[in-house]
Formats: sequence, C-alpha cells, structure tokens
Amino acid sequence: MMRQAKPAVARRPLTYQEVWGRVGIYAFLGVVALFFLLPLYVMLVTSFKSMDEIRLGLIFSLPQQFTIDAWVKAWTSACTGLECTGLRVGFGNSVKILVPSVVVSILLGAVNGYALSFWKVKGANVLFACLLLGSFIPYQVFIYPLVRVYAQTGIYGSLPGIVLTHVIFGMPVMTLLFRNYYSGLPVELFKAARIDGAGFWKIFISIILPMSAPIAIVAVIMQVTAIWNDFLLGLVFAGRENLPMTVQLNNIVNTTTGERAYNVNMAATVLTSLVPLAVYLLSGRWFVRGIASGAVKG
Amino acid sequence: MGAEFIRHVKRNFVAYIALLPMAAVVIFAYLGTMAWSVRLSFSSSKLLPRNDFVGLNQYVTLFDTSRWLTSLGNLAVIAFFFLLICFVLGCLLAIFIDQNVRGESLFRTVFLYPYAMSFVVAGLIWQWILNPDLGIQATMRGFGFSGFVLDWVVNPRMVLYAVILATVWHGSGLVMALILAGLRGIDGEIWRATRIDGIPAWRVYVSIVLPMLRPMIITSLVLLSISIVKMYDVVVAMTNGGPGTASEVPAKFIMDNLFERANIGLATAASTVMLITVLMVMAPVIYSQYFRKGGRAA
Repeated sequence: MMRQAKPAVARRPLTYQEVWGRVGIYAFLGVVALFFLLPLYVMLVTSFKSMDEIRLGLIFSLPQQFTIDAWVKAWTSACTGLECTGLRVGFGNSVKILVPSVVVSILLGAVNGYALSFWKVKGANVLFACLLLGSFIPYQVFIYPLVRVYAQTGIYGSLPGIVLTHVIFGMPVMTLLFRNYYSGLPVELFKAARIDGAGFWKIFISIILPMSAPIAIVAVIMQVTAIWNDFLLGLVFAGRENLPMTVQLNNIVNTTTGERAYNVNMAATVLTSLVPLAVYLLSGRWFVRGIASGAVKG
Repeated sequence: MGAEFIRHVKRNFVAYIALLPMAAVVIFAYLGTMAWSVRLSFSSSKLLPRNDFVGLNQYVTLFDTSRWLTSLGNLAVIAFFFLLICFVLGCLLAIFIDQNVRGESLFRTVFLYPYAMSFVVAGLIWQWILNPDLGIQATMRGFGFSGFVLDWVVNPRMVLYAVILATVWHGSGLVMALILAGLRGIDGEIWRATRIDGIPAWRVYVSIVLPMLRPMIITSLVLLSISIVKMYDVVVAMTNGGPGTASEVPAKFIMDNLFERANIGLATAASTVMLITVLMVMAPVIYSQYFRKGGRAA
C-alpha cells in the first residue's frame, strides 16, 4: 500500500540552500529519534547495572560491571507484596489469558464481519453501530455492572471471566476489521455459492475463511498487543491467581518496601515489553495497517 | 410484511443465529451495563448497590468534590498539550520522513515502537528517568550543574507535564504513521503543479496537503482522544495520582471510588458524566467516518 510517491527529482547538483535543507531534515529526525530511543537505552543500561553503580547517579552511563543479576531476580524472585515469585508468574498468566482471548475474539469477529457484509439480517446494522459506539466509551462505565454479573455467575476473578471480558471489549474492533475487509471482496463469489446451494457455514469455511489470511494477520497483531498491554481489565477481572504481567510489573515496581531495586524494576519493565516489541518488530508494516484499518482501539 | 418477513428470516436463519453472540454482547455487556451504571448514579449506593432514588444528589456531591474537579482540570490540561504536541510532532515527522530520506524504515520503526508498548511501561520508564535522586536531575548535577532542576514527578505544579511527556512519547508515532500513510497516497501531480507555480513547500503542506489528509487526521485525533479519556494505567504506574492529588484523572477517580472508597453512587455519577461527554463528542465523528461511506451491507 505504501509507495514512494514523490516524483523523482532530476539528478542535478544540489544548491547551497538545498544542502542546508537536507542537513536540517536529518538533524530534526535524528534529534527526535534520540528522544524516542532514550528511554529504551536508559531502561537497558539500568537493568545491567548493580545497585551500587546506580546509586552513583549517572543514569546515562554504560554499566561498568555488566551483570544480569537484576534480570534473573526480576524473572524468578522479584516481590509483589509478600510473595516473591518473580515475573514469570505474570508471564504465564498473560499467556493463559492471551491465547484463548485472541482466538475467540478473532473467530467471533470473522463470523460477525461475514454475517454483516454478506447476509441480510434485520437490525444488524443498528447493533453494529451500538457496538462501535461502545468501543469509544471508557471502560469505567461498564465495569461495575459487569463485576456484579460475573460475581453472580461465579466467573468473577477467574480465567474464563477475564477471557470473556477481552472478547467483549475486543469485539468492536475485530468486527469492524473483518466487516470492512469482507465488504471489499467480490460479491459474485458469494452469489455463485448461494446458487449452488451452499449454506451460511459452508460458504464461510470453504470460500471466505481461505481468503481471510491478510486480515487475520492484522487482527492477531492488534489483539496480541492490545491484550498483552492491558492493565485495567486484568486488574479488575482476572483475580489474584491470574494477574497479568502488566499488573504484576506495576506491583513489583510501585509496592516495594525498603530500598527500591531500580535495576530489577527496569529489567522487569523490559521483560514485560518483550512480547509486544517482538510483535511490532516482526510485523513491520502490518502493524501500521492494523492501526489504520482498525481506527478504533478498545 | 408478515409472510414476506417470515420467508426472509427462513432464508437467512443461520445468519441470525450466528449474530446472536454479537447481539448478546451489545444488549447485555454494552447497553445493559451502561443503563445500569446510569441508574446507579441516581441512587444512594455506597459499598453495595441500592435501588432507591435520590435524584441528582450524587451529581451535586460530585461537582462539590474537589478531587473530581481537580481530575477534570488535569484531564483538560493533559488533553490540550497531548493532542497539540502529538499532532504537530507527528505531522512534522511524517513530512520530514516523506522527503526521500535515507533510513526511512529505521526512522519509522523508532518513532512508532513506544506505541506498541503498554502504558504501564511508558509510565514506569519515565518515572525512573525523571527520578530526582538518581535520574536526569542527579546526572546533570553530577556533571557540575548544581542548580539543575528536573523534579517533575515529585513537583505538584509540574507533574502533569511529566505525564504529558510520557504520553507524547507513547502516542506521537501513531500520528506519524497515519499521516505518512496518507502522504504516500497523494497524487504526485500536485507537487509538480505547485512547483511550477512557485508556491513554497510549507504552504503546499498547510493549505493543500493537510486538508486532503482529513480522514487520517480525524482518525488519529479520535484514537488519541480516546486514549486520553481512558487514561488510567500511565498515571497509576507513574505517579498514582500524586503528589497529593496533583495528577488525578477522571478514570482513576471512578476506579478509586468503585473499589477502594466504596462509593458506587458517586463513581457511577462520574462515569455517567464521562459517558455523556464522550457520546456528545464521538457521535458525529462515528456517523461521518463509518456510515456515510458505508459498507455493502450498510
């Protein structure tokens, strides 16, 4: 989709003014890039230092004595309150929440999008409009009643509870994503299959799903980053046993008593960012495509 | 209508069934909870929900609560600077990257990576960098600038700017990515025509190109606005609303009153205020963005 759209400039020597223009462009981009990279740099160097070195107060210096102690501690024995089990617990919980939430929300989004764009269901567009509007509304409006209902049905503070919550709040974006994608597919395919007598699920599975790979990739990228980075829903709905990594990270950093172990904190912060960062770096332009085509983010 | 409607339902029966989960989510999880929240805001509920009716009492109390008024004021300041800086910085980055620079994909990756990370992570990194005892302030003083002050996270008058800094770092890449995608879709003929007419490049951008990117601009502003209204994680991680109440935000006010202060009536009144605000701002945007263009089924 992206392309070099600028008309190729005829090759001639640059004027004095143009040279300074180029220098200005690179200087601006370079300075801003440094600003954006600074936190990543500080986070990494801090995580490889010992606390003695951190107390020197040289936040930008490279570690004099390179150590991975902080990383080991963050992963295996960092404390949240009285429990000192490390971030690996939160990592495991996040994975347990992530996998079913992503799978279910994408499947539902695909079915919704397919039904909305190919089938005539009275009132479906009104429902869809409400769903979209819902995605703009702060979670705080829905949370309390949901907590009550979950408590009544016994899924409050459980894995199914948090998964259901992610499915609910992921539904607007997923439905929108698939609906828009399917609306761009040729309707003749669908009509031909209908004439051949194929039904709803047959058409979905044998014609629509095989064509869905590009949008499914976008959907996976969006849901993995969104669910992994979620804090609020995990905090409220996951329960003590299933707190996701983001919540555990915040507890490790902000509830320590005694001296704060900044190196452990930063190692823990990097560890928590690894999954979304990996998704981002590997997905490249697909990530941007997700942002642009989603246009709403839960 | 009768017989024909029955025939229509029969022909599309499975599609109706397939959309039941979406209908259930919209009716119960979005509309039902919303109505329940609004209903609770007219009751005297404290720790447990009550079914009485106290009129607008909770709203009167709410706008008499200094913490809520502080939260609203803080949100206004954050929203203004965040939107302004993200937008200007994002546009500048996109325009500069679009000048056939070398290392374009590297720059794009650097400017967007914070957006892939969680708000908790953004808050924690900047909390550490701005730490007055060991962060930038200490480092600069160590270099001999003994009067250097950068105490934003602990200074009640500056703490909002610390939050703005972290959120701008997190969000401006989004504007860059969307605007850049838009710039790539612009017809190169415009550049040739304006060059012949001798119009300076900055004027072309301001008066011709940016107005053409209206959909991209609206999308990015909508996404950023939602993230500001929902803002909770970054504040909890970075300052927890402090020092004092200097960085409280509405979403956090509601969460605190729901779960810690056991004041459900007040919390739901606050969430209703947020709901109404968001609906008033978003309804026209949603209408123009999604329904005028419309999909096939719309």
